[in-house]
Amino acid sequence: MKKILLIIAIVGLLLVLFSAPAFAEGEQEAKSPDSIATSLDTVWVLIAAALVFFMQAGFFLLEAGLTRAKNSANVVLKGAMDFCIGALVYWMVGFALMFGIDRGGFLGASGFFSNLADPTWNGLPLYVFILFQTAFAGAAATILSGAVSERIKFSAYLLATICITGFIYPVVGHWIWAEGGWLARLGMIDFAGSTVVHSVGGWSSLVAAWLLGARLGKYKSDGTPNAIPGHSITLAALGTFILWLGWYGFNPGSTLQASPAIATIAMTTTLSAAAGAIVAMGITWLRYGKPDVSMSFNGALAGLVAITAGCANVSMISSLIIGIIAGVLVIASVEFIDRVLKVDDPVGAISVHGTCGVWGTIAVGLFAQASFGEANGVAAVNGLFFGGGIEQLALQLLGIAAVMAWVLVTAGIVFVVIKKTIGLRVDEEGQRAGLDITEHNIEAYPDFQPALSEKGGL
Amino acid sequence: MKKVEAVIRPERLDTVMEELGKLGYPGATISEVRGHGKQKGVTHMWRGAEYRVEFLPKIKLEVVVLEEDVGRVTASIVRAARTGSIGDGKVFIYDVENAVRVRTGESGFNAI
Repeated sequence: MKKILLIIAIVGLLLVLFSAPAFAEGEQEAKSPDSIATSLDTVWVLIAAALVFFMQAGFFLLEAGLTRAKNSANVVLKGAMDFCIGALVYWMVGFALMFGIDRGGFLGASGFFSNLADPTWNGLPLYVFILFQTAFAGAAATILSGAVSERIKFSAYLLATICITGFIYPVVGHWIWAEGGWLARLGMIDFAGSTVVHSVGGWSSLVAAWLLGARLGKYKSDGTPNAIPGHSITLAALGTFILWLGWYGFNPGSTLQASPAIATIAMTTTLSAAAGAIVAMGITWLRYGKPDVSMSFNGALAGLVAITAGCANVSMISSLIIGIIAGVLVIASVEFIDRVLKVDDPVGAISVHGTCGVWGTIAVGLFAQASFGEANGVAAVNGLFFGGGIEQLALQLLGIAAVMAWVLVTAGIVFVVIKKTIGLRVDEEGQRAGLDITEHNIEAYPDFQPALSEKGGL
Repeated sequence: MKKVEAVIRPERLDTVMEELGKLGYPGATISEVRGHGKQKGVTHMWRGAEYRVEFLPKIKLEVVVLEEDVGRVTASIVRAARTGSIGDGKVFIYDVENAVRVRTGESGFNAI
């Protein structure tokens, strides 16, 4: 009986398979070049959105690798939930504030629940555009995770995610990326979001890590930092390269069309990242005697963050220089934040995304070339080094300052309120046991013996 | 019967086991341990900050031998485990009162 059924099923399947082309031939119509272009654009933006989405994995693997095994389950759930919560919040509120009908250049206010009358966005299906933007909102939120790692309460983190994806980030996005945004109208250039995404993440990381305080045992009583080695350089390496891969969606995808510009942008992105990594490696080699692995990875990310604003406006040589400077800055910034500010940032998120986000945004005002902007279909502007004078640079600085002020104040309020209500920080005992046990009652590696407590190990 | 307990470098374990086999003692119990003698620990670097690892990974090997074999066994362990650098480890020798094979209940040296 079973055999008969199987034969009938196979015959039926074959009939369907062979008859399908006949139907297709019958209704074949020539597609217009326009509709082919739209299809290609849609596919490209969807692929780019998927690449940016996968950066979430890059972020949490990097963070898990650079922190201790006893917090790994907490780290990956933070990284998963900030996207999941962010996706819903951005769909409900964030997108409307960012791209809704402009109110005074400050924020948008229509299309809540992404409910817009027009099912397209500049020729793209609306939903592919929203998905792409959702992935960006997720990235802006998850940057924070690394800076507050190993000590923030899980519930406090989720609340912060809601505020960032639902309000803090969309407002900045509106200023710079929406048609009516005040910085966009002035002419600030931040093509893929050195400021919009990365600085927002960097500044909120700074406020949060500062209000939260350092991890238990991070600083000696005289204030010098202890090393707290992470549990897997291998995971951190994989995370970094997933992020880099994702950047091929982040930067070239921000064209929102499958134009020849995506090739140029992918290449500027690559050069800057490679230069950043090499320079960071070289500096640590000179300073510490050996090339430092995790700092070299930070260097690659520094180059990527820095080229994000200007990736469509600068030459290949300029992208190389931008990456080189990012590699220097990220090391200096990590040391400054660790030793001078004494803010504990386990993965270097403030330096990579904040410092290098600022640098990348400034770099547009220095290195932009009208010929590249024009060829890539973005604003044709010359920066200071290419005869454009100080004007673009001034605009970039204005944007940087405005976003810094906005995020420091709003994120400051959010974290102070959380601190005063449910509390931000896992207590001493909880940190000793690890956030996997304290926050989730689970161990990420139940079969492994915990590392013996060595100096700086707890 | 005597127990020879050697704390050695993990990478010398294979050579030591080979030598013990040649002396007619193919069996041993090992454990992964950490420790240091005068060698002290080592300094590592994490993102620009130095940290000390005081206790270094070692292998502790235990083998029970006949009293007359103690000298040969100890000498061969020392020979096989030595690199000449600081941190080669130590050998300790203890008296063993008795031994019992769990499978058969035999006791004394027959159980070894």
